[in-house]
Amino acid sequence: MTTVHPEGAIYHYLCIECPLGCRIEVEEDADGNIVDVRGYACNKGKTFAEREHTDPRRMVTTTVAVQGGLWPRLPVRTTTAVPKDRVWAVVELLRPVSVESPVRMGEVVFADIAGTGVDVVASRDMPVR
Amino acid sequence: MRPLPSISDDYDLVIVGAGPAGMAAALAALETGIERVLMVDREVEPGGILNQCIHNGFGLHYFGEELTGPEYAQRFLADLLDHNIDIATDSYVFDISPDRLVTLMSPEFGVRQVTAGAVVLAMGARERTRGAIRIPGTRPSGVMTAGLAQKFVNQFGMLPGRRVAILGSGDIGLIMARRMKLEGMEVPGVFEIMPHANGLNRNIVQCLDDFHTPLHLSTTVVEIHGRDRVEKVTVAPVDEQLRPDMSRTRTIVCDTLLGSIGLIPENELSLRLGLRIDPTTSGPMVSSTMETSRDGVFAAGNVVHIHDIVDFVSQEALLAGENAGRFITGRRPPADNIKLNAGVNVASIVPHTISSDREHTVYVRVRRPLEKSWLRLGDVYEKRLRYVVPAEMVSIKVRPRFLEEFHGDILTIDIVPRHESGKGEE
Repeated sequence: MTTVHPEGAIYHYLCIECPLGCRIEVEEDADGNIVDVRGYACNKGKTFAEREHTDPRRMVTTTVAVQGGLWPRLPVRTTTAVPKDRVWAVVELLRPVSVESPVRMGEVVFADIAGTGVDVVASRDMPVR
Repeated sequence: MRPLPSISDDYDLVIVGAGPAGMAAALAALETGIERVLMVDREVEPGGILNQCIHNGFGLHYFGEELTGPEYAQRFLADLLDHNIDIATDSYVFDISPDRLVTLMSPEFGVRQVTAGAVVLAMGARERTRGAIRIPGTRPSGVMTAGLAQKFVNQFGMLPGRRVAILGSGDIGLIMARRMKLEGMEVPGVFEIMPHANGLNRNIVQCLDDFHTPLHLSTTVVEIHGRDRVEKVTVAPVDEQLRPDMSRTRTIVCDTLLGSIGLIPENELSLRLGLRIDPTTSGPMVSSTMETSRDGVFAAGNVVHIHDIVDFVSQEALLAGENAGRFITGRRPPADNIKLNAGVNVASIVPHTISSDREHTVYVRVRRPLEKSWLRLGDVYEKRLRYVVPAEMVSIKVRPRFLEEFHGDILTIDIVPRHESGKGEE
């Protein structure tokens, strides 16, 4: 949720660091500089909101097809979190991917996906059925 | 998994369930020096529910890093396969007698009976279904639990529907809301009867908000429509007594309804065994060694009480496995001498008894949220808690020194509001 006004904008974040779930506001001036962060109960919350505001990242976990395996799908993950706005690109690129069993956990399924510099790897061994 | 070539008639330890609890129990038991261990699971491979939980967030406590479910499972399994252990997959235990004669069924061995020096119950839990909350309406296909949909999507690559409404805001439902969005399904909304979400804030943000999926609080599904397939559901806001206001219903068009409305410990075997069950957890009552009311029958994980995170399941199961090993090798610790009693704002406590000679981790679930509170253990110990909610179990370490001056046999745990007065308090 965002509130925009002529002097700048206020962005709202729900803190995920603990069950308290602080509603944190990040205020920007008209040039897009952070002028205030408020509503957090601890420093973890402040750091969370700043990071979520400036460089939000997400791990992507999904599956790809696997031929001849114990299961028809192989779970995969990005090795680290990717920029949030790349999540869909990662998922779309993985949609047509199909690998052959056996697969070992950690095996690279898609290198440097969507220009993120991040690899997508198998999250488990997939033995032959 | 290599198929089990043969099954013995006699084991030191039989573990029912090869999920996170069963695997950790097996490892800890093997560390005590016992050798003949049989683990039985009805799935085609060990790992339990972790195998379908492909999202990350597991292992922060136990491994100190964030893993996906399959990775968490595989770490335990790799350790187990270094030992000599019999794992019967695709197999089912359907009876355990009080003298620990275990009856199981498997495609390779048919119906077999094996004796066990000790048993660890690690059957986990089942999801609450539509029937458990009695939603009126027709009985079309397309009504299922979130965990079943998770298995369909993540392991079989089958989509449960095209437009999927979710009842209940438990974490599995939230995780599935994201999963289905990523797989191209529509999610018109998550409907939660309580005024607050049941799942973690992290999942609210990353599984709903990131995908603009609405969360409707204080709202529930009051009717399911459709003859062969779900066509729509009717939802209504509820009042403080959770009664739906039928004058303010609306229609949600969908072809699938997922339920994420809680888990129930799976205790058919425990009931057959005549174990004492705690009505607040729906699981067996356990001592500080995770032993049930029957000698040599231990239990751990979601079969005892529903855990929020798997790391605590593993910890609890290590304790159960170690003590099962000690029981078999005749090194059982002294019996517990203090009963724990759930007091103010405490829904449940595990274990149910402790011993004053050892340190214990005690898990407590609160009834209602409190911002600042004291956890009080009788008048022997108090701990300042910052924020407690029913969805997150509180754990405390009870140390022998707390009990040095205590000579009773019952301790009550209360979690009460903390009213700040003095300086220097947070």
